Amino acid sequence: MAQEKSGNHGLGRTATDVEIRAWNIDIAPTGEGLPPGRGTVQEGRQVFAQKCAKCHGQTGVEGPMDRLVGGHGTLKTDRPIKTLGSYWPYATTLYDYIRRAMPFTTPQSLTPDEVYSVVAWLLYQNKIIPEDAVMDATTLPAVQMPNRQGFVPDPRPDVPKR
Amino acid sequence: MSQKPTLSRRTFLTAASLAGLAAAQAMLQPLQAQTPDAPTVPEDPTKVPGAPPSAYGQRSSFEQAQRLAGSSSSLTPLQDLHGIVTPASLHFERHHNGVPLIDPARHRLLIHGLVERPMIFTMDELKRFPAVSRLAFIECSGNSAGEWHEPGGQTAQQTQGLISSSEWTGVLLAIVLREVGMKPDATWMLAEGADAAAMTRSIPLAPALEEALLCYAQNGEALRPEQGYPLRLLIPGWEGNVCIKWLRRLKLGAAPFMTREETSHYTDLMPNGTARQFTLVMEAKSVITSPSGGQQIRPGFVEIRGLAWSGRGRVTQVEVSTDGGETWRKAQLQKPVLAKCHTRFRFPWRWNGQEAILQSRCADETGYVQPSRQALVAVRGLHSIYHNNAIQSWKVSRDGAVHNVHV
Repeated sequence: MAQEKSGNHGLGRTATDVEIRAWNIDIAPTGEGLPPGRGTVQEGRQVFAQKCAKCHGQTGVEGPMDRLVGGHGTLKTDRPIKTLGSYWPYATTLYDYIRRAMPFTTPQSLTPDEVYSVVAWLLYQNKIIPEDAVMDATTLPAVQMPNRQGFVPDPRPDVPKR
Repeated sequence: MSQKPTLSRRTFLTAASLAGLAAAQAMLQPLQAQTPDAPTVPEDPTKVPGAPPSAYGQRSSFEQAQRLAGSSSSLTPLQDLHGIVTPASLHFERHHNGVPLIDPARHRLLIHGLVERPMIFTMDELKRFPAVSRLAFIECSGNSAGEWHEPGGQTAQQTQGLISSSEWTGVLLAIVLREVGMKPDATWMLAEGADAAAMTRSIPLAPALEEALLCYAQNGEALRPEQGYPLRLLIPGWEGNVCIKWLRRLKLGAAPFMTREETSHYTDLMPNGTARQFTLVMEAKSVITSPSGGQQIRPGFVEIRGLAWSGRGRVTQVEVSTDGGETWRKAQLQKPVLAKCHTRFRFPWRWNGQEAILQSRCADETGYVQPSRQALVAVRGLHSIYHNNAIQSWKVSRDGAVHNVHV
């Protein structure tokens, strides 16, 4: 009987590749983790209308839930509008989040092509990619988000003492 | 022990109690019931046998403190609580797509990524590791988010209720990661929940390894479902969102994973349009829980009571002002004073019936002092949403009513 090599307590067992693949759904900014598949703005328009517009509005602006489109240039103003177009630093996060948590009532139900296409439509609505762009594991990580340089590390404590 | 005698005894006691209650009802005039389902209260409880033991205790039917629940969070009734431990049933909630129903026998924790050997652990295995218990607060970084622009909430529950303290029990993250073997280039860890949001956060490994716990128990019993049953991460002193509930996966990596919750949310927008990211520590904060908004006081002796905490360590001092910050005096700290946990403070006061503005400010062992609202807003503006640890002001009117105000 082979003794488990690492660790001190001999608890747990080695995870199989199949087990890891089943749960390993995160997408890194490098694109690592993106599945095969592709999506277009046209397809995304239809998927969004069917599965997303009820909560986010026909154009991604109207709500009632989070506004997804617009707000560009508002972050310094008295009324900042944080959308994926104006605020999110990485396009890959869109794929990761929509795949893991959307649609809200049926999360993790979209196919890879549906996720790619909704991502394409949302990026197009935010004027980040052209209407004929195709999103896949190669093109999505290459998308430059407008607020990519907008984040800074935690500088606290930041409030001077009296 | 056989169960039979217990059951017989309980049956007997129940029968006796019911008989006694019936007799009491026949003999005594019952007091007015407090609520429609409140039991009939005997005039003299020494003349009637009491209730039998029960399998799982309930609080007195006279006690009404409850969480204030919205669609995706509920607030702890700080003004109704004593000491430093929050009852599990009143611990605040925040979840992003409901509380999942999880069978602990089927729950697994997968650890993979930059490890020597990816592994899967059952709940039974996690409980076999050396256990530790500690008291710690968990505060949502959105606590007091409604207080930036104007006084938002009426009560301490509404203004500060996204914080609670519990005794947590589990195994140190460092011990479990030793079991899988961390690769030298592992610097970040993705933690993921088994809820319908599959909540994920990236956690810098080195600081988390100092104290992070994989918790399965809270205040002596299994975690409540809304607190992550059967397993949650706890990183003492850090914002609640990183303490991933229903924990099912840890993945080690060489860079942050840039999930939605650490980019589009839980980042603090500054007046210049940049946003602070990975603002993980909850800085020192305090609140007077009594007298507090919505309460009514009478002239004479009033003990001012409240809670203070710091994500950087121990609270070393709490000062109280009754004149809107003109003068400050030290409050008494109830022992034990524990790092990264609620500290209860008290201050004896005599209210003379005049208008007063009550404030508390705390300091921690790093020398940090809780800021005024003006000082905080001067640096961060009004749109950062998270990490509002400003001094809370309660105004006492001449009629004794207490209100939330900005000064």
